[in-house]
Amino acid sequence: MTLVADAPASGPAPEAPIEAFTVTLIIRRFDPDVDDEPRWQDFDVQMFATDRILDALHKIKWEQDGSLTFRRSCAHGICGSDAMRINGRNRLACKTLIKDLDITKPIYVEAIKGLPLEKDLIVDMDPFFESFREVQPFLQSNTAPPKDKERIQSVADRARFDDTTKCILCAACTSSCPVFWTDGQYFGPAAIVNAHRFIFDSRDEAAQTRLDILNDKEGVWRCRTTFNCTDACPRGIQVTQAIAEVKQAIMRGKP
Amino acid sequence: MPNNPAGTMTPRRPAGTLYRGREGMWSWVLHRITGVAIFFFLLVHVLDTAMVRVAPGAYNAVIDTYKNPIMGLGETALVAAIVFHAFNGIRIILIDLWSKGAKYQRVMFWIVIGLWVVTMLGFAPRHLINVFSEVGH
Repeated sequence: MTLVADAPASGPAPEAPIEAFTVTLIIRRFDPDVDDEPRWQDFDVQMFATDRILDALHKIKWEQDGSLTFRRSCAHGICGSDAMRINGRNRLACKTLIKDLDITKPIYVEAIKGLPLEKDLIVDMDPFFESFREVQPFLQSNTAPPKDKERIQSVADRARFDDTTKCILCAACTSSCPVFWTDGQYFGPAAIVNAHRFIFDSRDEAAQTRLDILNDKEGVWRCRTTFNCTDACPRGIQVTQAIAEVKQAIMRGKP
Repeated sequence: MPNNPAGTMTPRRPAGTLYRGREGMWSWVLHRITGVAIFFFLLVHVLDTAMVRVAPGAYNAVIDTYKNPIMGLGETALVAAIVFHAFNGIRIILIDLWSKGAKYQRVMFWIVIGLWVVTMLGFAPRHLINVFSEVGH
C-alpha cells in the first residue's frame, strides 16, 4: 500500500514515504437489539505512528463496519466525549497515539466501566452527571461584587484551585475507580474534583455546604486512594491529591 | 468486514479486560485481601484465647494442635499479611494526612515493600527453624 499521495509536491527534497502499520484492534461490541451480552470483535486497519485510536475507530466505522458506535465531538481532547478503556486503562481515544502503544499485539478497546453500557463504546452518563450536579458546581456568593467591578482575586488565590479547573468531565477518572465499579452511589472522583474547584475558590461562599455534602458515607470517605483516577485523567489533574485536600478540609471544618 | 484469521487472539469471554491499575490499585487489592485474612484470624484467635477462661487444660490442648508444620507455615503467612497491612496502613494514613503524601505514594509503596522484605528476612528463617526443629518432638 503506497501512502505518499498526500506528500507536498514542491518539497525541497523527495521525502521518504511515511511508514504505515497494520494494527489489530479488538473491540468489545454490544448491540442491545441483537446481543444478550457483549462480544469481542477484531479489525485490522492501516495506521501511521502519528494516528490516534480515534482515527482507527473512524477508519473502521467509515470503511469496514458502519455499525460501530462511539461518542466523539471535538476530537482534540477538550470535549471529553471519547473516554474509553484502551489496553485496560481509561484514556481519551483522541489523545492516544498509535506510536505510544505496542502494536505487535492487538489493541483492546472497550467502554468505560461502572456506568450502564448502552451500545458498543457508549455508556449512559446520567448517573455521572447526577453526582456532578449534586456537589453544586457553580459559584455561589451572597454578597454583591464591588460596584461596576468584577470580583477580584489574587494570583495566589486563583492558583489554589488551578489544577481542578482543568476537568473536562470525560468520566475517565470516575470509571477507573474500583470503589465506583461496585458502589454506584459513590460520588466519584470527578464530582469531588469539581467540588474542590469551588470549595477552594476565595470568591465562593458555599464551601461549607459542599463539604457537608461530601462528608457522607458515599462522599470523600469512600476514596481508597488507589490512584487509578490520577493515572487515568487525560488532563493530568492530581485527582487523588484533590480528594485528600477535601478530606483534610472536612476534618479542619473549613477550606 | 470483520476478519477472523486463524489463531485469533479475540477473547471468548464477554467480560471486559482486567483494569490495568498501577501500584496504588494493587496495594489496595493486597490491603483488602490481607485485611480480610487478618479479620478471620482474629475471629479464631479470640476464640482460642477465650479457652483460657474455660479451663487452662483446654487452652493448652488447643494451642498444642497448632504446633505442626502446616500451622507454622500459616503463621508465616499471617505475619507476612500483618506486616504488609501495617506498613501499607501507615502509607495510606500519610496519603490522607500528609500534604505531600499523594505525590510520593509510589515511592512510599516501594518503601513499604522494602520494609516488608527486611522484616520477613528477619522473621521467617528464625521462625521456620523453630517450626521444623519441633517436628517429631
